[in-house]
Amino acid sequence: MSVNRFLLCLSLLVPSSCFAQGFAGLGTQADGFAIPEPNYRFQFPADHGAHPNFRIEWWYLTANLKDEMGEEYGVQWTLFRSALAPGEAEGWQSPQIWMGHAGLTSASAHFSAERLARGGIGQAGVTLAPFEAWIDDWKMTGAEDLSQLDLAATGGDFSYALKAQAEGPLVFQGDRGYSIKSPEGQASYYYSQPNYRMEGTLTLPSGPVSVRGNGWLDREWSSQPLSENQSGWDWFSLRFDSGDKLMGFVLRGKNGIEDFRSGTWISASGAVEPLAPGAFEAAPLEWEEVAQRQVPVRWRVKLPERGVSVTVEALNRQSWMDVAFAYWEGPVTVSGSHNGTGYLEMTGYQ
Amino acid sequence: MIGPALFTLLSHWRQHRFQLAALVIGLALATALWMAVQAINTQAKASYAEAEGYLQRFDQDALTAPQDNLTVTDYVGLKRSGWPLSPVLEGRIRLGGHNIDIIGIDLLSAPPITSTSTSTSPQSSESDQGAFLISLLRAPGGLILHPQSAAPLSERTEVEIHASTDVPPGLAIGDIATVSRLLAEPHRLTRLIYLAPNAPSARALAALPSHITFTPGNSSRIAPGTLTQSFHLNLTAFGFLSFVVGLFIVQGTIGLAMEQRRGLFRTLRCLGVPIRHLILLLLIETAALAFAAAAIGLILGYFIAAALLPGVAVTLSGLYGVEIDNGLALRSSWILSGFAMTLLGASIASAFAFYSLWKLPILQAASTQARGQRILKNFATWAQVAAFIFVTGCLAYLALSGLAGGFVLLGSVMLSAALLLPLCLWHLLLAGQRKASSPLAQWLWSDARAQLPGLSLSLMALMLALATNIGVGTMVSSFRLTFDGWLDQRLSSELYVTARDDAQGTQLQQWLEEKGIRVLPIRFDVLQQRSGQITIYGVRDDATYRDNWPMLDALPRAWDRLSDGQGILISEQLARRQGLEAGDTIALPPGWPNKILGIYADYGNPHGQAIVSMAALLRNAPDATNQRFGLRLDASETPALIKEIQEEFDLERENITEQEKIKAASRRIFNQTFRVTDSLKLLTLGVASFAMFISLVTLWSQRLPQLGPVWAMGVSRKTLALIDILRSLLMAGLTALLALPLGLFLSWTLLVVINTEAFGWRLPLYLFPLDWLWLVLLSLLAALLAALLPAWRLFHLHPSELLKVFSSER
Repeated sequence: MSVNRFLLCLSLLVPSSCFAQGFAGLGTQADGFAIPEPNYRFQFPADHGAHPNFRIEWWYLTANLKDEMGEEYGVQWTLFRSALAPGEAEGWQSPQIWMGHAGLTSASAHFSAERLARGGIGQAGVTLAPFEAWIDDWKMTGAEDLSQLDLAATGGDFSYALKAQAEGPLVFQGDRGYSIKSPEGQASYYYSQPNYRMEGTLTLPSGPVSVRGNGWLDREWSSQPLSENQSGWDWFSLRFDSGDKLMGFVLRGKNGIEDFRSGTWISASGAVEPLAPGAFEAAPLEWEEVAQRQVPVRWRVKLPERGVSVTVEALNRQSWMDVAFAYWEGPVTVSGSHNGTGYLEMTGYQ
Repeated sequence: MIGPALFTLLSHWRQHRFQLAALVIGLALATALWMAVQAINTQAKASYAEAEGYLQRFDQDALTAPQDNLTVTDYVGLKRSGWPLSPVLEGRIRLGGHNIDIIGIDLLSAPPITSTSTSTSPQSSESDQGAFLISLLRAPGGLILHPQSAAPLSERTEVEIHASTDVPPGLAIGDIATVSRLLAEPHRLTRLIYLAPNAPSARALAALPSHITFTPGNSSRIAPGTLTQSFHLNLTAFGFLSFVVGLFIVQGTIGLAMEQRRGLFRTLRCLGVPIRHLILLLLIETAALAFAAAAIGLILGYFIAAALLPGVAVTLSGLYGVEIDNGLALRSSWILSGFAMTLLGASIASAFAFYSLWKLPILQAASTQARGQRILKNFATWAQVAAFIFVTGCLAYLALSGLAGGFVLLGSVMLSAALLLPLCLWHLLLAGQRKASSPLAQWLWSDARAQLPGLSLSLMALMLALATNIGVGTMVSSFRLTFDGWLDQRLSSELYVTARDDAQGTQLQQWLEEKGIRVLPIRFDVLQQRSGQITIYGVRDDATYRDNWPMLDALPRAWDRLSDGQGILISEQLARRQGLEAGDTIALPPGWPNKILGIYADYGNPHGQAIVSMAALLRNAPDATNQRFGLRLDASETPALIKEIQEEFDLERENITEQEKIKAASRRIFNQTFRVTDSLKLLTLGVASFAMFISLVTLWSQRLPQLGPVWAMGVSRKTLALIDILRSLLMAGLTALLALPLGLFLSWTLLVVINTEAFGWRLPLYLFPLDWLWLVLLSLLAALLAALLPAWRLFHLHPSELLKVFSSER
């Protein structure tokens, strides 16, 4: 029993990665956890905070940035919450486990770091008014409506400190924030803030770099986000130069089950339209060996109803999050019918 | 040529099967004892290494609070300012009726807690293992223990118990949530492991809260290895002694076989076998025999070790607080060293025989007669060697000092005394011969002298075994006597009662005092010091302590000053470990009285202990549990009171213990502790007796040429047989007498030098003349038994055999 092995097992509990084995009954059963229901009325700022009665939850911010020389970067700041049992308790007895992931990507380098903590003692958590999500010395703080955020994280050989200013309203994914994840009806509560203007400083081994760009925050919680017949997912958040945005994901089926595809179109005017099941299409064009496995790093993404047919290509093909349960996450460039930038997350590739 | 020569040489053993058996058994016994001790040592050391390696994982760089006031809030504060830390909470709990050391770690951030190399995890497949780890994290949680410690607990605890050999015996590991709940310590932490490879910067250190300090790793623990080293040295010395005694047997038999085959050698050489070939063949023969003996010895040794190991485990846990694995593992290094040791031993034992064969003139006749002056000259040479060894040993003792020096001195004195023995016996027998008046008596003395060369080795073995028995026996008996007296003094209350909780304790105390019974509350606090754990007891000012407490050294009016809160009494172990004397001050957290008023004996306790006044204890540890009480009353009233207490307070009978029961339990542990020593003592004596038996039996065949003429002069076979027995008793008796002073020296060294180093306490030397008498009788009995078979054969010898002496003597 080594702790690394342990972390691997533990991280199977964590949302972006609980595809593989339906571990510990996660795939289907909820063990007393609350289940997302349709027609939920979100309450803010309360819903920006933690929902300990649900099994999993995350505060997930990605940003596409450029320095003064036009060099491109990507930044990820994520806080995951994963509950061993529903509810909260004092001190060490808390069943809540928190995990932080930070990533920093340039065309030539990729850095990642992680933090683990438990709830109940104050080492990690989320408070409202003012808003603060933190784990150890990593922080995302700001206004209680998330219109403005400061975020910071430090890894072994990198760190960043960024400010985010929202330039639009929150976007509710799926059916007014009720996002279906499989034909069997697995679902989550899911909303985003895709309109952050970002600026700040990245500190790389070569020194500090001032950057600007755009950020996208995802908030999602659930207790059973996956079907047993899903092996992983490919998640795209694309920001076109036209001002339109596209969020789309493919939950890859296994055991002969079809992929489940869904997404949301956010027009430049701010109108939000959930996509019909199967409308979003994504197919790998090129694979690359990353961390001893084959991972698609160039994609053809189509949304025929909007005339979208683009090539999505990784800025850095080796954007491997080398954490306890590893996955691919990095900035992408978009070209074709539309041009732009975005973020791609891929999990479950063996 | 070589084949037939080898066959011819080996034919000797076909004719002398008994001799063959003696050689193989002697060597096998020696190997067995040596290997048993080695197996025990190896096993224990492997356990220590594992435990030490294990503890080292928790003994990395860390943040600690010298005042033991580290809290979860401190931890979170430091984490939120970026310190790479992992929290550890340690304590001791009662689990399923057993006291267990428990370590709580944060499974999320702890460095690897168990080595994967030796892993036999309770779960095998990855997802099973994941489920297992989640089950440790999820309430009610679980604890991982060594299978040995886990077995008695399963199904008797609220948490799940998992057995894993990754965890040393006597220790439980669990997630910090589980452990803090079991210890009822939601806020306290023991230390924070520092996880970064580089030491923290000076700026970070300066910013630490004032009650927290950075402690570099590997500086704060006493390794169990160093504490127990002396115990193993003791065992090793025993094993080596047995081995040496066994080698005496081997040298005797090989020498005899060479002597008896001289005619054969002469014939073979005359037939053209070169001396080199002859020696080579004999070497092959010896090696083969040694190999066979080693195989038997290893099997025997394994069983002896398996039988003794539980006793050793009890000793180590009782005296040093170190747990070892009870299951004996067969290690290849152990087997290899066994064979190597036996082969080496056999070659040492036969070296002299080979040397004389090499030097043997080709036509030298076999000669077993007494060689008068030559023997004396040999003995004198041995005595010179003895003197040399003795002087070297003394010099080594002065140079090395301490434990190792003590053992070197002991070894050299034993060896030189053994080498000196034949010369002493020679002169004693010569003196006897001069005193003797009748011719037969004169012959008896002189014949005994003539037997000396053949018997000297087994007599040396006997003397060493006897001396060891006297020495170790004296030590154990002295200890037992001291321990018993100490128990009587220490356990002076007639009855000991444990209340269910503090509230009941207070009620109970009040109720008892109203009944006019003197109550002595037993309250204490445990301090985790860098030098180890100290338990500090608070005592009421009561005549019981003043009259009975076993003090070794004290300032005047120590008890008065103690009750005034002016100082502290500390245990002998604590004093020796820190080099403290009465009048010194001891380093304790502020607030505790620290002037040492006296030092008292505290046998059998691996940890430090101290006593302050009850007021001083409660001032520093107001939460000290108040559940245990010693009651002073007339012994005849105890049964009635026990009943009353049970009825009044609904207490289980096991919460009320009579003084006698505690004493009996303590004595049982004591006896278990020295069972190993007792067994080894007896086995050594057994090997020595066997050596003597072998010598007498093998000598028998050579004795006929000397007996024939005496018989022919009219001494009956019966008288000759009796004289044989008498001579054997005489030799054993004289040897036993000479062993006595050696044994006393041994016990003195064991008590004064070895014990103090090994256990941390010094014991007075008591003499037990009756035991010695018993040992002398035992050795006479051994000699009698050994002489019985040859005497019986002599008694029933056909006269024609004796007559043949005159015709066949060369």
